[in-house]
Amino acid sequence: MGLVDRALAGDARALSRILTIVESRGEPGREVVDRLYPKTGSAQRLGITGPPGAGKSSLISRLIGSFRERGHRVAVIAVDPSSRFSGGATLGDRIRLLSHFDDPDVFVRSMASRGQRGGLSAATVEVAHVFDAADFDTILIETLGVGQDEIDVTRVVHTSIMIQVPGLGDAVQTLKAGFLEVGDLIAVNKSDLPGANILVRDLRAMLALNPMQIDVWHPEVVPVSAETGAGIPSLMDAIDKRTSYLEHGDRLSELRRNIARAEIELLVRAELERVLNTGDMARNAQLVDDVANRRISAGAAVAQILK
Amino acid sequence: MDVNAEPTSQPQSIPAQPIRMLIAKPGLDGHDRGARVLARAMRDAGFEVIYTGLFQTPEMIATAAQQEDVDVVGLSILSGAHMALFPQIMTELKSRGLDDVLVVAGGTIPDEDVEQIRALGISAVFGPGTSLRTISEFIRANAPVRRDDL
Repeated sequence: MGLVDRALAGDARALSRILTIVESRGEPGREVVDRLYPKTGSAQRLGITGPPGAGKSSLISRLIGSFRERGHRVAVIAVDPSSRFSGGATLGDRIRLLSHFDDPDVFVRSMASRGQRGGLSAATVEVAHVFDAADFDTILIETLGVGQDEIDVTRVVHTSIMIQVPGLGDAVQTLKAGFLEVGDLIAVNKSDLPGANILVRDLRAMLALNPMQIDVWHPEVVPVSAETGAGIPSLMDAIDKRTSYLEHGDRLSELRRNIARAEIELLVRAELERVLNTGDMARNAQLVDDVANRRISAGAAVAQILK
Repeated sequence: MDVNAEPTSQPQSIPAQPIRMLIAKPGLDGHDRGARVLARAMRDAGFEVIYTGLFQTPEMIATAAQQEDVDVVGLSILSGAHMALFPQIMTELKSRGLDDVLVVAGGTIPDEDVEQIRALGISAVFGPGTSLRTISEFIRANAPVRRDDL
């Protein structure tokens, strides 16, 4: 039996190898995803983003526990940044996820962002497909949520949870574009700390200014403490509410189309970046020279690169 | 901190598949300065380093190595319990099919134990004073090359 079949039959070692192959995004990775893709589509994908130290991994550890109580098989994809200088990375999210280490139905995989534009989201969504095909019911994707590439990850999940914590700024921060526009749920973690109630109030006040529309999802603000477990049942309720919202009418098929569109877009972007960085480098250097010396325009160079 | 020679100031292009390394602290010693320095140095050497913190059991280490599909497992131990823990770790790794992973060790390990440790399948023991560059170069030279039949 090849790796793919062994992975589908529940061999953790084979699954792990396949994740590496898919993550490196070459031809073999494509082949694996092509084979697995027809078997995907039943898992629920949750994105968890927030600033460093907000408690993403600790909250995920709590969510794993809650989903395990329901009998779900849970996969976690935890992304940390790669160094732009050495290409290396320190992946430290696993430290907070150790309480489930001996549970064969919990699989945690750390990923480095690896610096390719569009590449992180492309690799993340393809790794998620592998978990989906391998019969994981819930896939939790953790990213810092800073920068376009990481925000793009929120476009390929069913529900995105933004984590905020008190102490990072005043009410004006809640006015800014970004977080509040992409989170389906907002978890205010460390809710036992001073200022948490004010943050919850400010966030709710800001969300109340969203235009009143029927038939759209209204983000909820849920105070939680990953440390004590307070508020976790409410967060699970909010996730369920979002799930049943999606099950109504054709919302889910609409979301699936949006996810498919986003996924194609991300892969095109990653592919373009790859062509630029791995194609005919001598030719590319010549084109750079030509553009710098006004022989041809940048647009004409791009046309040649993509020909 | 001069953790590695030749710091680069230019962003580098990242290889499609960097070496992945688990740095683990087995057992009960509560001091991980060395492991953290190593995690930083191996990051600067271009590796993807998974650090799982203190007090790891052999099962935890082997599960992490399996799920993260690491090429290398680095064991840091200062408690003196290496002769008890290392054989268990190697057994757990093998039982999960991880026979091809490069395993190296470091910490306070007496010279007279080194031969027995190597006989377990641990490829190198890096004692106090080993340069970080020696470690990264050893790993780069000895990390397994994987070929898979899809």
